Amino acid sequence: MIETRGLRKSFRTGRRRKATTVEAVAGLDLTVGEGEIFGFLGPNGAGKTTTLRMLATLLPPDGGEAVVAGADLRTAQAAVRRSIGYVAQGGGTWDDVTAREELVLQARMYGIGRAEAHSRAEAALDAFDLTAYADRHCRTYSGGQRRRVDIALGVIHRPKVLFLDEPTSGLDPQSRAHMWDEIRRLRTGGMTVFLTTHYLDEADALCDRIAIIDGGGIVADGTPAELKRGIDGEVVTVEVAEHAAKAAEVLAQQDCVRSAELRDEGDLRLSVDAGETAMPRIMRALADVGVELTTIELHRPTLDDVFLARTGRSLRES
Amino acid sequence: MKTLRDTWLVFRRHVLLLTRSPLSILLGVAQPVVYMALFAPLLKPALSSMGADSMTDAYRIYVPGMLVALALGGGLYVGFGLLGELASGVIERARVTPVSRAALLLGRALRDVVVLVVQAVIIVVLAMPLGLFVHVTDLLLAYALLALITLSSSAISYGIALKVSDPNALGQVVNNIAQPLMLLSGTLLPLALAPLWLRRISDWNPFSRAVVGMRALFAGHAGDASVWQSLALMAGVALLALAWSARLFARSVR
Repeated sequence: MIETRGLRKSFRTGRRRKATTVEAVAGLDLTVGEGEIFGFLGPNGAGKTTTLRMLATLLPPDGGEAVVAGADLRTAQAAVRRSIGYVAQGGGTWDDVTAREELVLQARMYGIGRAEAHSRAEAALDAFDLTAYADRHCRTYSGGQRRRVDIALGVIHRPKVLFLDEPTSGLDPQSRAHMWDEIRRLRTGGMTVFLTTHYLDEADALCDRIAIIDGGGIVADGTPAELKRGIDGEVVTVEVAEHAAKAAEVLAQQDCVRSAELRDEGDLRLSVDAGETAMPRIMRALADVGVELTTIELHRPTLDDVFLARTGRSLRES
Repeated sequence: MKTLRDTWLVFRRHVLLLTRSPLSILLGVAQPVVYMALFAPLLKPALSSMGADSMTDAYRIYVPGMLVALALGGGLYVGFGLLGELASGVIERARVTPVSRAALLLGRALRDVVVLVVQAVIIVVLAMPLGLFVHVTDLLLAYALLALITLSSSAISYGIALKVSDPNALGQVVNNIAQPLMLLSGTLLPLALAPLWLRRISDWNPFSRAVVGMRALFAGHAGDASVWQSLALMAGVALLALAWSARLFARSVR
């Protein structure tokens, strides 16, 4: 649904002699399949928004090529525009008009006739749970309501691809959960969703596939599970009251355990393939040899561990 | 055809926004009204050399000049609104749609015309009890001329706003353009009173021709050559200004 090859964009900052060129996006190759929720995960300034704006025809690329919904980004912008929706991070509604008025105008800007625009607005208000506020001015909306209006505006013309820039940035946890449901519902309807986020949990829970971007380039891509599996597997730490060395020896022989490492006194670090099935076996193996278990804990790698492994930095810090 | 339809769409949205905050229109007329009440009375003795014997005559000279100043000054400041909309994301939202790029600008410029005409109507109505008297047909022609002036000045302002893209810089640039343009148009006092060199310079200012045309209309001389000349001249200026800024807009927002 989206395919880019060597997409590039750089910006000049500063003036005259002090001007320097910053490469915001440096040769991006990515493929997004139909009906996917694709997440672009990376720190601020990594090039997420720049990429999104290029794919949404808002910013001319300096080089490379891209096909969005079957249309060439360089030569068929009008065709791209017809099949995409785009929701900017800050949204974009006037304060003194109602959600209904905004939705009708947006539909009309896509060339939809008056009657059809009104019925689509009505349907969108209903679908996004906005009917109760439909005739109130946008300035009175809460952050979550405003965001839902933004997304309703972005899909009023039923695009094949929807671009969302930081869709849940600044929302409270409840509104975020609600927004995730909305996005999943759009995917169920057959839409391809391309979103950017700097939230690890959002990339993990919401996205079918993600690309981690840093410094204008992709450092890793795949499903969240694949990415996490790619680094060091899962880790079970076990604490025993005594006979730690014997425990380590026994556990190292188990099929489900890749390696066992005896760290501090009575503290074992086990690298395993599938933590949830390994834990009961570990417990049984220890019981069989009569070693008493004090605590057992499963650590799953997070996307932050993936980011750390690929960039040497934590996403939380950058 | 599509551009016309889209222009109408954008225009209607902005008129809707105007009706939601009518105060902004009224605030715009506050200053001219104060000038009319407190400054124009000084004009009767000052303009007696030009044959102003009554307050009606004084207003017939002062009000048209002031309306041009309003159209010029008000229009030149609309770029701030555009910068605000660019920052708020509403223009970006329109840009991802196939809506005509020129329409996004034309619709706004037409809104500016509506604002100015409403303000001009308020001013003329308020000036009537003070002694101003104009024929309806002359007045309508005067509004047409004001509309063309506003189209020019607002298009120029949008163009500058897109060029500088910074509100502070825009304020300075606009001030530096607006002041000489207004002083060289004879909006406050007729340039007939000016020394020859000043008149020679102002001959090159199309807005000064517009002021002459406006004064002829308010004096009831619709047949005066300055009327059709100023209408034709301002139509040309408006077209050029709109073409320039629409092109700039289409290019900078793609």
